[in-house]
Amino acid sequence: MSAEAMHTTTGLPNRKILMWAFIGSECMLFGSLIITYLVYRGRSLTGPYPEELLNIPFITVTTFVLLMSSLAMVLALSAVQRGDMKWTKLWLLSTALLGLVFLGGQVYEFSHFYHEGLGLSTNLFGGSFFLLTGFHGAHVSVGVLWLLSLLGMAMRGRLTPESTEIVEVTGLYWHFVDVVWIVLFTIIYLLV
Amino acid sequence: MSTGWPWYSPAAARSVTEPRRSLTSPGDRPSVAVPSSPHTSGGSFLSRFLLHRNFSADRYAKTLLGVAAAGFLLSACGGEYTQSAMVPRSDFARNVDELFRGIFWWAVAVFVLVEGALLVAVLRFREKPGADEPKPVHGNTVLEITWTLAPAIVLILIAIPTIRSIWLVDRPPTTEAMVVEVIGHQWWWEFRYPELGVVTANEMHLPVGRTVDVRLRSADVIHSFWFPQMGGKRDVIPGHETFVWFTPDSTGRYTGQCAEFCGIAHALMKMELVVEEPDAFESWAESMGAEVVLPAADDTTESGALLAAGSRAFMSGGCIACHTIAGTLARGVLGPDLTHIGGRRTIASGILENTPEEMARWIRDPQAVKPGVLMPTMGLSVEQIQTITTYLQGLK
Amino acid sequence: MSGGGSLYGGGLWSWVTTVDHKRIGILYGVSALIFFLVGGVEALLMRLQLGSPENTLISADLYNQLFTMHGTTMVFLAIMPLSAAFFNFLIPLQIGARDVAFPRLNAFSFWLFLFGGLFINASFFFGGAPDTGWFGYANLTSTQYSPGMRVDFWVMGLQVLGVSSIVAALNFIVTIINLRAPGMKLMRMPPFVWMTLVTSFLLVLAFPAITVGLVLLMFDRTFGTVFFNPSGGGDVVLWQHLFWIFGHPEVYILLLPSLGIVSEVIPTFSRKPLFGYPFVIYSGILIAFLGFGVWAHHMFAVGLGPIGNTVFSATTMLIAIPTGVKIFNWIATLWGGSIRLRTPLYFALGFVSMFIIGGLSGVMHSSPPTDLQQTDTYFVVAHIHYVLFGGVIFGLFSGIYYWFPKITGRRLSEGIGKLHFWLMLIAFNLTFFPQHFLGLGGMPRRTYTYQEGMGFDDLNRLSTIGSLILGFSILVFVYNLLKSLRSGEQAGPDPWEGATLEWSISSPPPHYNFMSIPEVKSRDPLWHPGGVVVPDAAGEPLMPGPSFWPVVLAFGVLLLPVGALTMLPVVFAGLAVVLVGIYGWAFEPAEH
Repeated sequence: MSAEAMHTTTGLPNRKILMWAFIGSECMLFGSLIITYLVYRGRSLTGPYPEELLNIPFITVTTFVLLMSSLAMVLALSAVQRGDMKWTKLWLLSTALLGLVFLGGQVYEFSHFYHEGLGLSTNLFGGSFFLLTGFHGAHVSVGVLWLLSLLGMAMRGRLTPESTEIVEVTGLYWHFVDVVWIVLFTIIYLLV
Repeated sequence: MSTGWPWYSPAAARSVTEPRRSLTSPGDRPSVAVPSSPHTSGGSFLSRFLLHRNFSADRYAKTLLGVAAAGFLLSACGGEYTQSAMVPRSDFARNVDELFRGIFWWAVAVFVLVEGALLVAVLRFREKPGADEPKPVHGNTVLEITWTLAPAIVLILIAIPTIRSIWLVDRPPTTEAMVVEVIGHQWWWEFRYPELGVVTANEMHLPVGRTVDVRLRSADVIHSFWFPQMGGKRDVIPGHETFVWFTPDSTGRYTGQCAEFCGIAHALMKMELVVEEPDAFESWAESMGAEVVLPAADDTTESGALLAAGSRAFMSGGCIACHTIAGTLARGVLGPDLTHIGGRRTIASGILENTPEEMARWIRDPQAVKPGVLMPTMGLSVEQIQTITTYLQGLK
Repeated sequence: MSGGGSLYGGGLWSWVTTVDHKRIGILYGVSALIFFLVGGVEALLMRLQLGSPENTLISADLYNQLFTMHGTTMVFLAIMPLSAAFFNFLIPLQIGARDVAFPRLNAFSFWLFLFGGLFINASFFFGGAPDTGWFGYANLTSTQYSPGMRVDFWVMGLQVLGVSSIVAALNFIVTIINLRAPGMKLMRMPPFVWMTLVTSFLLVLAFPAITVGLVLLMFDRTFGTVFFNPSGGGDVVLWQHLFWIFGHPEVYILLLPSLGIVSEVIPTFSRKPLFGYPFVIYSGILIAFLGFGVWAHHMFAVGLGPIGNTVFSATTMLIAIPTGVKIFNWIATLWGGSIRLRTPLYFALGFVSMFIIGGLSGVMHSSPPTDLQQTDTYFVVAHIHYVLFGGVIFGLFSGIYYWFPKITGRRLSEGIGKLHFWLMLIAFNLTFFPQHFLGLGGMPRRTYTYQEGMGFDDLNRLSTIGSLILGFSILVFVYNLLKSLRSGEQAGPDPWEGATLEWSISSPPPHYNFMSIPEVKSRDPLWHPGGVVVPDAAGEPLMPGPSFWPVVLAFGVLLLPVGALTMLPVVFAGLAVVLVGIYGWAFEPAEH
């Protein structure tokens, strides 16, 4: 924890640069997964096929929820920056809850697909769809845990107006995960 | 058979290859390392030997360099390679060979220049006692541009024939070509001639001077089809059809083998190519196309009885689960087609001579000959093996 | 020698919980050297088998395990961590920092690497080691063609190592960008720091591709997905793309640190600044950048079609240009210098001269038609060893001889060092030069045997003899190492009269490195009067205290693959340890 106190060359906090570099790495990770999905699009030998299953209106709603969570994240940061701890907690909680709603939508979608006969090993669509959206869902889950941890810190008074940096870094991660979803939404649902 | 390659010299090779067997038993090997380590006991001999008595590693190096030079002389000869990529015998292989020659001599030129410059720099600018500190030169833009452009020009000179060659060998053949389907299996090769209705294994026949369009498929994992003297390799990929084409220009027998690691017996997945005159090829195809002439198998003569017993043993002994012999009950597809097995020069995908003794050895215990092979040990009696061998040898 | 005793003193626990970059660097270095010996023994066993035709010393099954583990070990467990050892020990010293940006994360990277390496090697004792090659081409790696746990060890072990590498690289990116001493502008950074930065970016951007490939393969093997199963429509060539999008940058991940080391050693022993510094740096960056655009040159035999082959051939040839620029600049640095022929320079010169050969054979197979003859033969085995052994290993040895005095306070013996060099140089060439001819003579690689009479006998025997001498030369090095550790000549802070900051402090450095952070005024600070200004010290600096959370977290991660191979509860236990580890880590009070 000696990092914050240190003078840095760029003036930016170490953790922020770490997060940016990590996001660069994550771009390659999701890029590779997306390429896999695209390569296998339309190459399933058996059904069910994506056009039979994908429920675009439903996913549009959960996508909207996730976008709203990004808004809540922005508001949380702004609250902590002006030292308003009450609204910080509230917005952190909202962000986490909206994330949970999105995850709930994903759980519903997965189980629905499963009942319609699409498992991981059913065909190429099943494998690449579950893997790609599952990876994203795992990222959202980590984000929710992280947000709830921040909330816990805030409740116990360990998140102070001076520690805006950690909220900012959390926000970077959260917005990145949202942006990835926009790409996935476009590729999986809109280009079906 | 001179090829113009400095290291391919069969005459020189022959004299070297003679004592081939002398060093081969594993027990000999440890002694090989000894010449470089003087016979001294005790852990600290190195320090005593090296650090005192005016030891100079550089002087020592001269002796070692002599040893190395002798080594390279040897490596410049090598053996007589039976499947050398440097002895092209098709249009494709000759194209590649010519391209390689160009690049090779460019590489030699660059090697001599750069290593020479390095050597001169090191020898000429060694520290001299009492000399001034060197001038701290930081760089020179003209030099930088020069040594950026110079390699670029060399590369362009390499790229032009390269690209010409790519567009020649990577597109489908333009001339009317004979199609041969090659199917890679763990660990043998299947050859199909759709125009001739011929199916065979591990021994490919082609007429000289006729372009062949090889279509490659895999029955299991990735393999790579490679007859070095016919040209470059092409991967055999499950779920894909790849192709390679060439026109053999000299008759003869050529060996090839799988060049992509494909599992335990990869090293022994070999094949042969017989390039022959068109009429010889015709008659080969005819004999292959015809239903196999089953040897007279009746119990009236002694040899007839043997053949009949062999046929019975083959048909009832489990062999037919994997092997086909056209015109008989044997219609298995997992192993090589044995319809004309008696006419092939080798068995077990190019690793054994096709003699009754070798075939019997193979049938008795395939795992011992080719570890990992998918052919099981059938548990046949010595007599059954003998009769089956006789029967198969008769399938010409 | 202040702080020398305390730097390496302390019991085992102090090493397990250390977060000091120098101690972590030593942990990396020692582990890497041990894995290097393991990989070397694997190589020697293979060479013994190939010493004569139709040899029966080693079975086909064992041979396939050996070449798979030799490649995997040398790439992931020897060369990369040896580079990491240099990153760890040197980067903070060279940029004038007291530690890396995230000391505990640094410890975590090391433990994860060590556990991942031990995990993969444990396979030898549980049904055999991975046997599908370090490149693990699908669909040979499927459960149908590779049943059992061998491939699982490989798939999961590599993922663990991948996480370790990415985490370490992120740490070094932040450290180099953000913790430089005042005045240490980017274009004043030592070339080794530059190459570390470039390598770290390569790691961070290249590893995700293989991670995805490994995850797809893991799903195929564990859950029956059909990503690489042709009968379900899967495409086995996708694996090759994912693997080589990682795999080719990986070659530069292995190479660039050595390029950096050589760019430090040559100027020091020529007594001249690096010639064309900006060109050397930019060409390093360019090599890395182009490295992402050449992957399919490993796949010419797949039959990508004339357009693909032309494009990938051209990009591959382009890489020769910046590589050449580096070599010319090194020669120009030597030119006009006052060359002190010490062991570090011997190895650096060995690097340059051998790397030229590897580069030239590389140009030969950048041409797809000739590559079709050379790929998957011993010609390529020779090529990669000229790059990775003649190049990288010589470069790393140069670094070891150069910085050993800084690390230990003692010099390595020059006499034994030179013997080591000449033995290794000659044996290396004896081992690998003949393999060019074997390859052109038609000998495929990854074959456990060859038949008599194919012309392969003599050169294989020669190569085997060479490899035994090569093994002996490594023993000479180990002897030198152990002997010099005990009784080597005292080095003092600056035995080579180097130009960079690490030579301004004692050997070994105190645990806080710099009493007060220096201010850098020049690219070669110690060579210019006033090149470095050291402000007055304000008392001994406070350093982060030890932490056991990194090793706990790494252990939790290790439990995941162990559980996946044994029983599910272990996986859950692993997850629990990971969670506890993360929270314990995050809320560990900062103690000094």
